[in-house]
Amino acid sequence: MIQLTINGVAHELDVDPEMPLLWVLRDVLGLTGTKYGCGEALCGACTVHLDGHAVRACVTPVRRASAKAVTSIEGLSADGSHPLQKAWTEMGVPQCGFCQAGQLMTAAALLAKNPQPTPTDIDRSLAGNLCRCGAYNRIRAAIQKVAVETKQP
Amino acid sequence: MTLSRRVFLKGLGVSAGGLLIGGGGKVWAQAAAGSFDPNVFVHIGTDGVVTIVCHRSEMGQGVRSTLPALIADELGADLASVRVVQAIGDKKYGDQNTDGSSSVRRRFDELREAGAVGRVMLCTAAARRWQVDAKTCTTEGGFVVHSQSKRRIAFADIVRDAARVKPPAKVELKAPAQRRYIGSSTLPLLDGPDIATGKAIFGADVKLPGLLTAVILHPPVVGGTLASYDATPALAIRGVRQVVELPAPQPPYKFQPLGGLAVIADNTWAALRGRKALVATWNHGDNAAYDSTSYREQQTATIRGNCTVVRSRGRTADAMSGAASRLEAEYFMPHLSHAPMEPPAATAHVKDGKCEVWTCTQNPQESQAVIAAVTGLPPADITVNVTLLGGGFGRKSKPDYVGEAAFLSQKVGAPVRVQWTREDDIRHDYFHTTSVQRLEAGLDGEGKLVAWRHRTTFPPIASTFTEGATLGREGELAQGYADFPLDIANVQVENGPSKAHVRIGWLRSVNNIHSAFGINCFIDELAAARKVDPKTQLLEILGAPRNVTLEELGMEKIPNYGHPLEDYPLDVARMRKVIERVTAMAGWEARAQDPDRGYGLAFHKSFQCQTAVVVAVKKQPSGKLKVDEVWLAADAGLVVNHERAQSQMEGAVLFGMSIAMYSEVTFKGGIAEQSNFDGYRLTRMPDAPRAIHIDIAKNEERPGGVGEPGVPPVAPAIVNAVFALTGKRVREVPLSRAGLV
Repeated sequence: MIQLTINGVAHELDVDPEMPLLWVLRDVLGLTGTKYGCGEALCGACTVHLDGHAVRACVTPVRRASAKAVTSIEGLSADGSHPLQKAWTEMGVPQCGFCQAGQLMTAAALLAKNPQPTPTDIDRSLAGNLCRCGAYNRIRAAIQKVAVETKQP
Repeated sequence: MTLSRRVFLKGLGVSAGGLLIGGGGKVWAQAAAGSFDPNVFVHIGTDGVVTIVCHRSEMGQGVRSTLPALIADELGADLASVRVVQAIGDKKYGDQNTDGSSSVRRRFDELREAGAVGRVMLCTAAARRWQVDAKTCTTEGGFVVHSQSKRRIAFADIVRDAARVKPPAKVELKAPAQRRYIGSSTLPLLDGPDIATGKAIFGADVKLPGLLTAVILHPPVVGGTLASYDATPALAIRGVRQVVELPAPQPPYKFQPLGGLAVIADNTWAALRGRKALVATWNHGDNAAYDSTSYREQQTATIRGNCTVVRSRGRTADAMSGAASRLEAEYFMPHLSHAPMEPPAATAHVKDGKCEVWTCTQNPQESQAVIAAVTGLPPADITVNVTLLGGGFGRKSKPDYVGEAAFLSQKVGAPVRVQWTREDDIRHDYFHTTSVQRLEAGLDGEGKLVAWRHRTTFPPIASTFTEGATLGREGELAQGYADFPLDIANVQVENGPSKAHVRIGWLRSVNNIHSAFGINCFIDELAAARKVDPKTQLLEILGAPRNVTLEELGMEKIPNYGHPLEDYPLDVARMRKVIERVTAMAGWEARAQDPDRGYGLAFHKSFQCQTAVVVAVKKQPSGKLKVDEVWLAADAGLVVNHERAQSQMEGAVLFGMSIAMYSEVTFKGGIAEQSNFDGYRLTRMPDAPRAIHIDIAKNEERPGGVGEPGVPPVAPAIVNAVFALTGKRVREVPLSRAGLV
């Protein structure tokens, strides 16, 4: 039995402890907002937070998530009100949208640690998140917008 | 205007009440025969709710916002409260293949007419009630309005009457000034909120009770068959239910599943582990000889000799041999994989002689046909539900994976989700072709360009549909080879044979990728050789403003993306305009004052959109080159959704950059050497230019495409910029091969 806390909800699951967190979220718990894109931590589509740190769920065995707080896109905010989620829709960031949960989770972890990132900080943090549609410039702009808006006077 | 022939509009009350408006001549006959199966595009309920059917697939281009906007605009509905319903695959909706940048331009009139009929019927009903002339009524925001008497009535309160009004035989469409949504830059992104919260449903996200997951071990070489296998180690893994053999396809491969072994399991992880544990040996077949290095040598030899003439004007051979000087160059582009972020996935449930499927497909009707072929079920009993697509780029027009899901569900008697891994996706794609081109120019004693010969060879898309086809079909060659205006007295374009050893498919902008690369790189070389500005050279080759005729092209006919030349001419004035526009935006004339950056220019028309791109590249401290800034000007005629058109063009820049900088699929022993994003590289966030400037023309010309046409000019503009900065002439991509990026 694996004990997991996902988006604040405690679960006890009878799964292979080596099963990647991605498949536990998607296939066992039905939380399909986290996406499979490569299975090798090469694209970032599966990014979730483990105690606030961005990790690639496709290569994170579920045992490693035990006793840690897991946040998936469904838990980033209760109602889509995270400033990044709002900026994403307002600025028309998504195209197909498949990579965007991963982009948002990576960006949210970045801003939590570094609320005023430089463009280089953003590029480095998001370098592991592929977007085949090529929404990079809007992703960058949306993160910068949120950073500016949350700046302490 | 008169209703177009394809449209037959009919308003009637159904059990739910309200007004139903559809299209397609069959409706009337079916209704008369008693089986009512209308191709409804819009329904106005008695509660006032307007429902609009989106018959094409959403993959980031915004079609679920754009097509409803066409109807809502004419209807006078409030787009923000319109309910958009995704159509299942059904011939009654006409062509649903979301491909060829065609959704707006093919249905522009028909969908607007559907909305306009609704407007006329609602206005007629309200006018009768108010005892006024219907012509003095209009609709806006879900109300019929009579402005003279300041009266308004909600659709909900008049729709019952409207449903009894005789449908108009013809309708007048709104003048540009009356439009509210068409041409807007602020249309809402329908699925944006769901995407940002993880609620959006993509191909692999559908949940069914008892759903099993299948992961397939495909033959490593196309046409290969299973020699032997041992499923025992796979079956020993917890969660693995069974291993099912899939039938080997017969050439031509079309959209048939590839065959192989499917591991059916309780969850994806078990299926993946099961596949890894399978022991299988293969008869690879003839395609095991496919080797990218030697293949390129063969292709190069092919285009150094005479090939099949596909376009001819003047006497090119004579002009070339009589030329005072000549310039020649050869260009190479490798195979590409579509690599949408969402690998192919489909969920199928075959039960009681019926099949229901949920999948990310660009082509639900073709999916239905493939399912019918693998299950033996009649198409009428096959329902294909279309989810959102996590990228398509042409891959998801080819429903081999949908066929796999249906076959397996039928076989195991349970709902099955087929999940392609990234390795499956990159190794077993319908690859973008690999091409070698040779361009030659003949100059007279005064340095004037008098002859142009362009030879190309590439394993064609035709080979996927006709076994052994080695030459491009008319439609393939018309993408840049046959239709690029060349104001030169002697022009000859030739196509040499290349035999396909993998499945060849169309990838975003298709053969325009290589034709635009060869033509634009060669124009830049010509400019350098003649010591003229590349822009001057490009404009000189396109020639004076005019509509280019077939005679001038040296063609008997061209497909012109399915449109008569009278409707969609090769209008050089519009081409020149985007070149002038993009160079003005980029400060092209003043670029000498920017010595740290090299500027490259390219132009291409495809899918009825003319696009010009300027790229500025810069050397980084590491010595590697970076695309620093990009300007793109496009004229796609009337653009319905400017915001999404702009995002498509931005995305096309990054897509073209992947082609120029990083991406290639190579084969050894018939097997793809790349299988994931480490080997098959794409542009990433740090590669994204500092700024991308997009200018999309606003005009009332017939609508063109916007999804693909941004791609072709990007790679040649980058390569030309590399020359401008470094003096190094690169004639192949990706640039990473030469260590330049």
